[in-house]
Amino acid sequence: MGKITEQVDEVVIRFAGDSGDGMQLTGGRFTESTAIIGNDLSTLPDFPAEIRAPAGSLAGVSAFQIKFSSKDIHTPGDKPDVLVAMNPAALKVHQKEVAPGGTIICNANAFTLKNLKFAGYETNPLEDKTLDDYFTLYSVEMGKMVSLANEDLEISSKIIDRTKNFFALGLLFWIYDRPLESTKKWLGVKFAKKPEIVEANIRALDAGYNYGETTEIFTTRYKVDKADLPAGTYRNVVGNYALSMGLAAAAEKSKLGLFYGGYPITPASDILHTLSAWKHLGIKTFQAEDEIAGITSVLGAAFTGDLGITATSGPGIALKGEAMGLAVMAELPIVIINVQRGGPSTGLPTKTEQSDLMQAMYGRNGEAPVPVLASATPGDCFFAAYEACRIAVKYMTPVILLTDGYLANGSEPWQVPKVDDLPDFDVSFADESNLADGQFLSYSRDKKTLARPWAIPGTPGLEHRIGGIETEDLTGNVSYDPDNHHYMVETRAKKIDAITNEIASSEIFGSKSGDLLILSWGGTKGACRSATEALKADGKKVGHLHLRWINPFPKDLGEKLIKFKNILIPEINYGQLIKLIRAEFLVDAQGLNQVRGKPISSADIQEASNKLIG
Amino acid sequence: MSETVKTYTKKDFTSDQAVRWCPGCGDYAILAQTQKVFPDLGVDKEKFVFISGIGCSSRFPYYMDTYGFHTIHGRAPAIASGVKLANPDLSVWVVTGDGDGLSIGGNHTIHLLRRNLDINVMLFNNRIYGLTKGQYSPTSEVGKITKSTPMGSLDRPFNPLTVALGAGATFVSRTIDKELKHMQSMIKRSHAHKGTSFMEIYQNCNIFNDGAFSAQTDRDQKAETVLILENGQPILFGTEKNKGVRLDGNKPVIVDIGDKWSVDDVLVHDESDYVIASILSNMSYQTDFPDPIGVLYAVESETYEETMVAQINEAIKKKPKGNVQEIINAGDTWVVK
Repeated sequence: MGKITEQVDEVVIRFAGDSGDGMQLTGGRFTESTAIIGNDLSTLPDFPAEIRAPAGSLAGVSAFQIKFSSKDIHTPGDKPDVLVAMNPAALKVHQKEVAPGGTIICNANAFTLKNLKFAGYETNPLEDKTLDDYFTLYSVEMGKMVSLANEDLEISSKIIDRTKNFFALGLLFWIYDRPLESTKKWLGVKFAKKPEIVEANIRALDAGYNYGETTEIFTTRYKVDKADLPAGTYRNVVGNYALSMGLAAAAEKSKLGLFYGGYPITPASDILHTLSAWKHLGIKTFQAEDEIAGITSVLGAAFTGDLGITATSGPGIALKGEAMGLAVMAELPIVIINVQRGGPSTGLPTKTEQSDLMQAMYGRNGEAPVPVLASATPGDCFFAAYEACRIAVKYMTPVILLTDGYLANGSEPWQVPKVDDLPDFDVSFADESNLADGQFLSYSRDKKTLARPWAIPGTPGLEHRIGGIETEDLTGNVSYDPDNHHYMVETRAKKIDAITNEIASSEIFGSKSGDLLILSWGGTKGACRSATEALKADGKKVGHLHLRWINPFPKDLGEKLIKFKNILIPEINYGQLIKLIRAEFLVDAQGLNQVRGKPISSADIQEASNKLIG
Repeated sequence: MSETVKTYTKKDFTSDQAVRWCPGCGDYAILAQTQKVFPDLGVDKEKFVFISGIGCSSRFPYYMDTYGFHTIHGRAPAIASGVKLANPDLSVWVVTGDGDGLSIGGNHTIHLLRRNLDINVMLFNNRIYGLTKGQYSPTSEVGKITKSTPMGSLDRPFNPLTVALGAGATFVSRTIDKELKHMQSMIKRSHAHKGTSFMEIYQNCNIFNDGAFSAQTDRDQKAETVLILENGQPILFGTEKNKGVRLDGNKPVIVDIGDKWSVDDVLVHDESDYVIASILSNMSYQTDFPDPIGVLYAVESETYEETMVAQINEAIKKKPKGNVQEIINAGDTWVVK
């Protein structure tokens, strides 16, 4: 047929359609096939806030972006090279972000007068040539095609019409040379009880693939070679799932029971769902009556010797604040996960943001220091969760783990770790050997970590009381003594500072000194790394330092910072880490702050960098 | 519980901390009865856990030489739930008050009751806020003059027993701080009940609401104002036990036993009858009725922790020897060489 195959390094595709069009599922299947091929990849789902906005409306558009590459990549990409738009609303919302010269593939059958009007088009963009100067536009009658492919099946036309996303998927599989088998297998499992649905979707998938192969509309296929990833076994992993596995691994290694208490909230609920499905590991999940009961039940479980975990998002953290203070006072190990979303108030529940850092640091009454760490990538959520649990137990303290909507729902290829290779996680509960002259000192401390003993109910001879009232050093009795209070405030702070002994020295990617240091935390790591790579390629003396721990900071952070003339801190907030850095190190750091509910692009970071260093 | 239980005395349950309630507070009697009864419960001391929130009553755990956790306002039922689910073998007690358990923590109280964890709730009801020095509480009568309600309170009060019954409690009882023997038997009944037991204790705050229950505790009056419930027995009261509660349709009426009515006409208490419990609980705030004490309602039902453990065991049976590595390795994987 005279088709050309062109070699490319990387591609960004965005699937967009109505929330009923199955875009997340389509993106998920494309991701799995891409992972199996061995490309490096990064994904960004973008859900509408409404559960089911009216079909065809702008508010109801759901999208899924994937970047895949033969190289090591760090972000889901800035501007899509290809946009698949299943209806006019999807085109309207996403067309302006398509890279100039990019490709737009539309389902022509959805461009009806009604849908066009609903999306605010006065004329049909597939016909009025407004897009032609900028993009390569393919108008494909997907609805009609799936209807023809399935016309002899005895199922309703409505169900057949719903298979058009698999037509689009099949077409993209052809263009980018991906195998269909794993998706067909997946369909067979997913709809095992409805073989006619399996058949209809497989026919749609094949129809899409064959459409690319046989028509002369598509002349070019693209080949993206395997990425040169470190040797090992890989799988694709989504952030919330990786995080849940990290928690389960922590429980298994420490031999502690895992008690998860939480209240449903976007975008953290998947952690509750995932852990609830792992009852065969002995995991206990408790859907509490509210956010407060979520964390307080966890505190009760921690008092009783379980590894206590709760996860929520910003509004839930606000409600949990008082209980976190109690955890600080009672010195009990719990992990509080904040899957950050746009705020304030209800904000943008389905969109990402990094604006709860100050809340994590200071959002409690009194002097209540809590260790704070953040995940950097979807796969990193596994290791961050494990680390949070380990530190909580070792130092007998609540720990806050920050992730965000982008990390929680995004995915990447993940080198499968071995649980055996994770850092040791030994726990010993106090017993009668902890008695001093027959007395149990519930607030005596380990000399190195300053942790108090973990004495759990059921242990003979160690009966004791703890509480939220200031405790007397050693005995743990109620104390209103002014000097004792000062001492205990100081001791609790010192205990958190002691965690610096666990934190590796700050690694800088790129130049170790020079014109600019890009400093990041959380989910902006990938964009900062990409920007640094690009700036380095331009010959700039730029380094990138990513923080896993924000409280405490790594010991050597200050000395690393002062080796650069400029410091740029990109954050998806209005300037939070920057305040901590300026206050702690008295450096004139500059911010790049965007709060648009989506990741900062590496292009924007490059631009801001260039402005700083000229 | 363990079969080789040690023997204890009251002293074994008395901590070394000085009790700091106001002299004359009803809480002293409740603490003393608890310490007195606990050696008889047949439970190893280390298995008792007391959880409280905030308020005068919530100081209780400090004075019991058991495991204890004085937590934050209203949250004791949720914290106790975590304790029980982490180790169902423990005997878990929640000590709370009318403000702690029914106002700021009302949500947790009702959800604990509906879930039916095997936890014992002791709600000290003094119909006032004591720790914050005298504001009206959710059980204060309408028109109560307090610091925060100089012209009288506006809210209609909660009746703790009807709240508990409405929330689906499987055990609802009431006792009075001055009725020591009765209180002891109620503590034992609470402990014996499998599921959440809810015990309201009329407790006098002699500083901010003195005499709130004087009608029910006054020696000369109490026979007429308090109804002592006994399962399977006709509901009688009065100095001569000559008054009874009869149902006129669905309405309770007080009848004199004598010419017109005999004991046979009187309602017989049945702890397993929700309708009787509901009628009795509603008699509390009606001027013409005595306040019932004793067990209003007690039914057996599966506990939350039993069903939780059963689900986990079932899952383990279906997928034995599950481990995290297996989950990590699952799904589509590929090898990079």
